[in-house]
Amino acid sequence: MAADGTEPTVGRRTLLNWLLGTSLGATLAAALYPVLRFVIPPEVAESPTNRVLAGKLSELPPNTGRVFRFGAKPGILIRTASGEVRAFSAICTHLNCTVQYRPDFQHLWCACHNGHYDLQGKNIAGPPPRPLEAFKVDIAGDDIFVTKGA
Amino acid sequence: MRILERLWASLDERLGLAPLVEFARHKEVPRHRTSWAYYFGGLTLFFLGIQIVTGILLLLYYRPTAEAAFESVQFIVTRVPFGWLVRSIHSWSANLMILSAFVHMFSVYLLGAYAKPRELTWWSGFALLLLAMGFGFSGYLLPWNELSFFATRIGTDIAGKTPLVGPWLLRFLRGGDDVTGATLTRFFGFHVALLPMLTSGLLALHLLLIQKQGMHVPEGEAREAQRRPPIPFFPNFALREAAVWLGGLALLAVLAAFFPWELGVKADPFAPAPAGIKPEWYFLFMFETLKLLPPHVLGIEGELVGLALFTLGGLVWFLAPVLDRGSRRGVRSRLFLLLGWLALAYLVSFTVLSLAGVFP
Repeated sequence: MAADGTEPTVGRRTLLNWLLGTSLGATLAAALYPVLRFVIPPEVAESPTNRVLAGKLSELPPNTGRVFRFGAKPGILIRTASGEVRAFSAICTHLNCTVQYRPDFQHLWCACHNGHYDLQGKNIAGPPPRPLEAFKVDIAGDDIFVTKGA
Repeated sequence: MRILERLWASLDERLGLAPLVEFARHKEVPRHRTSWAYYFGGLTLFFLGIQIVTGILLLLYYRPTAEAAFESVQFIVTRVPFGWLVRSIHSWSANLMILSAFVHMFSVYLLGAYAKPRELTWWSGFALLLLAMGFGFSGYLLPWNELSFFATRIGTDIAGKTPLVGPWLLRFLRGGDDVTGATLTRFFGFHVALLPMLTSGLLALHLLLIQKQGMHVPEGEAREAQRRPPIPFFPNFALREAAVWLGGLALLAVLAAFFPWELGVKADPFAPAPAGIKPEWYFLFMFETLKLLPPHVLGIEGELVGLALFTLGGLVWFLAPVLDRGSRRGVRSRLFLLLGWLALAYLVSFTVLSLAGVFP
């Protein structure tokens, strides 16, 4: 009770509880924040890969395909039955699997959920929602170079 | 015997154990037409025990890095005496544990045991099943083979589609943007430290609640349970449960010895996903559903719609004790009973049809 006989708006116990509560909360937050930050791995700066030597023309007969390394991600190089060379990202747009070229279908196929893409990388059957990212192909002699952002 | 008696007396004097013995002496299990359902929780616990023992054994040789994991499992199954058996038991027992947990869960649901006052038991059991599936998912990657590599790519990609926290969750699970050795190290940590810790706590709560509340008698069986005398837990029920465990052990031994778990081909992050790729059987219903969904449903990506429906279904299942209002008064709604049978029919039919290779 205050000196003038009226009840204070905030009692001593309420104030102490509030101080104790907030300090406890702050201590918890101070401990949890570093833990939350710790469990998320830091971004590793990768030198951006825009152009790679994806394979040799002599090793890619018509109506075949092969997966190549594009930085940390897989890409796929295909040679159509008519002999044309094309390159796409090999990551299925459905749920992240790696696609392959099926000579019997003569187009791209994802084994995980039976997704089909045509020779332009367009999703034509099964669950994939979007086409595969297409890359630019340059052929210098026997070397096949693939460039991103074409 | 004198020594044992004296040891007991001195422990009882210090810890006051007599009430516990008294409790065990009076513990009873009701008897009726569906009392067979009471054995599956215990059977799940039995397989969990086998998982712990064989898991600790595998830890002696397993190495959790992308370079050494596959080779270390290969070493276990080809060079370590009885290594093939220990690994095979670990894999088979994991599957039997999940199967037994599913039977347990569905029998609890269909017999209405989730209703008040057992909501907490239902919720802790639900969380335990999720943890068991987490064990399965994280353990699947550990041999670092082709199938598990792509299963992890898909599973973590699904987690990454969660609204708001998806990208955060994806990096947390993978330990980076892609499934790499960093993912394997994390999954190993989840599998042998984080999940066991959470499971121990929840399991203790689950068992404590069952002891506190006793066995549930289904609505339609109350009269029969009253008419027939209950059986004492010690030794009658415990011995029957032991016989069920022995049956489980026999089944496990046959499966592990005659169908040793395959190791497969070492994962290559730059190889296409192999034809015939499938997740563990308890994820098959989800896998086949995701395959059947069209690319877009009402303008939204098909897999997002599928995942949202699975989440909604799981939530309804989890909240059954609250949503099924009548169950609190002991009157279960027909709708929830029907939902349970439909869920069971969907799960069983999709799993069986997928195993039979009916889906493209």
